[in-house]
Amino acid sequence: MVGFLGLLWGVIAATAGTPIGKGLVYGLAAIGPGIGIGILMGKSVEAMARQPEAAGLVRGTMFIGIGLIEALALFGFVLSFIIS
Amino acid sequence: MSGFRLPAILAGPFHPPTTKDFVWPCWGPSLKVGGITFCYNFVFFVLTIAFVATILFFVFALRNPKVVPGKLQLLAESGIDFVRQQIVMQMMGPDGLPFMAFLCTLFFFIFFGNILEIVPFVGFPLNSRIAFPMVMAVTAWVVYNTVGIMRHGFIGYMKLVMLPPGVPIFLMPFLALIEFVSTILVRPLTLSVRLFANMVAGHFLLAVFFLGSIVLFSGTPYVLGAVSFVMGTVLIGFEIFVSGLQAFIFAVLTASYIGGAMAAEH
Repeated sequence: MVGFLGLLWGVIAATAGTPIGKGLVYGLAAIGPGIGIGILMGKSVEAMARQPEAAGLVRGTMFIGIGLIEALALFGFVLSFIIS
Repeated sequence: MSGFRLPAILAGPFHPPTTKDFVWPCWGPSLKVGGITFCYNFVFFVLTIAFVATILFFVFALRNPKVVPGKLQLLAESGIDFVRQQIVMQMMGPDGLPFMAFLCTLFFFIFFGNILEIVPFVGFPLNSRIAFPMVMAVTAWVVYNTVGIMRHGFIGYMKLVMLPPGVPIFLMPFLALIEFVSTILVRPLTLSVRLFANMVAGHFLLAVFFLGSIVLFSGTPYVLGAVSFVMGTVLIGFEIFVSGLQAFIFAVLTASYIGGAMAAEH
């Protein structure tokens, strides 16, 4: 456990400020939203297939969910450009 | 990108876009007040376009409304009906209709500001400068907190925010702190940074692919330039979608926050 944390700290310190570090920031930031949007889209497609009459409602809520989740991935994207 | 920079780009290697690309020089005289420089520059010009476009769109569309609408009136009325049905009625119900003007303004100003990213001779989204989303998010914050305080009183509103019903006593301090930070401190931040980051990321992507296509067209594999150009064109379509979506999401979340502040006590 401590070894893992030390390794993590070493990676962060070594890559801070370098282009690899910037790529790492965005790469790590994109994992969660990728999984999240995958789950969201899967569930909403399933819901639309189960009840086609509710497709409009599901689609509206789906777009709100996409906007909220993609914001997190884009925080990482913008942060990787801003950090020097 | 304006024409006079083209020869320099063709001559040298690929310079990826940086955050410096979002800073524009002054166009005229500048006024320095205590370290802050006020002047008219390209960003202010884009703001002028978005502001004038929003106002003139509605003025010309709804000036002589007819029972059988012409095209511009139909467009404006569809837009307002969209805000009314999908944003206000979904999130706030009929109680939210007094906020129609605020939400329509937010939606259309943000949409026109975002769409300027793909308009030919402008190509710069207004909301990629953090000031504009920040001001709109702070305005929305003032609105939903004022609505909550006016409806429930200050103590009642704080109780509504921090203590949702049905929480065991020993969890209350932690939950109150988390809810307070989330509702009062974090919401304007995420509201503004979501819009800002989407617009900055879109501008970066478009800049990378179109600058890249210019550089690749002057290299040996000519076809790579075409690939990059096609990708840039596809991204223009995607950016139209994202512009509308981000305007919609800003308005929907503001409506949701106002609706949450108006909520009846349990």
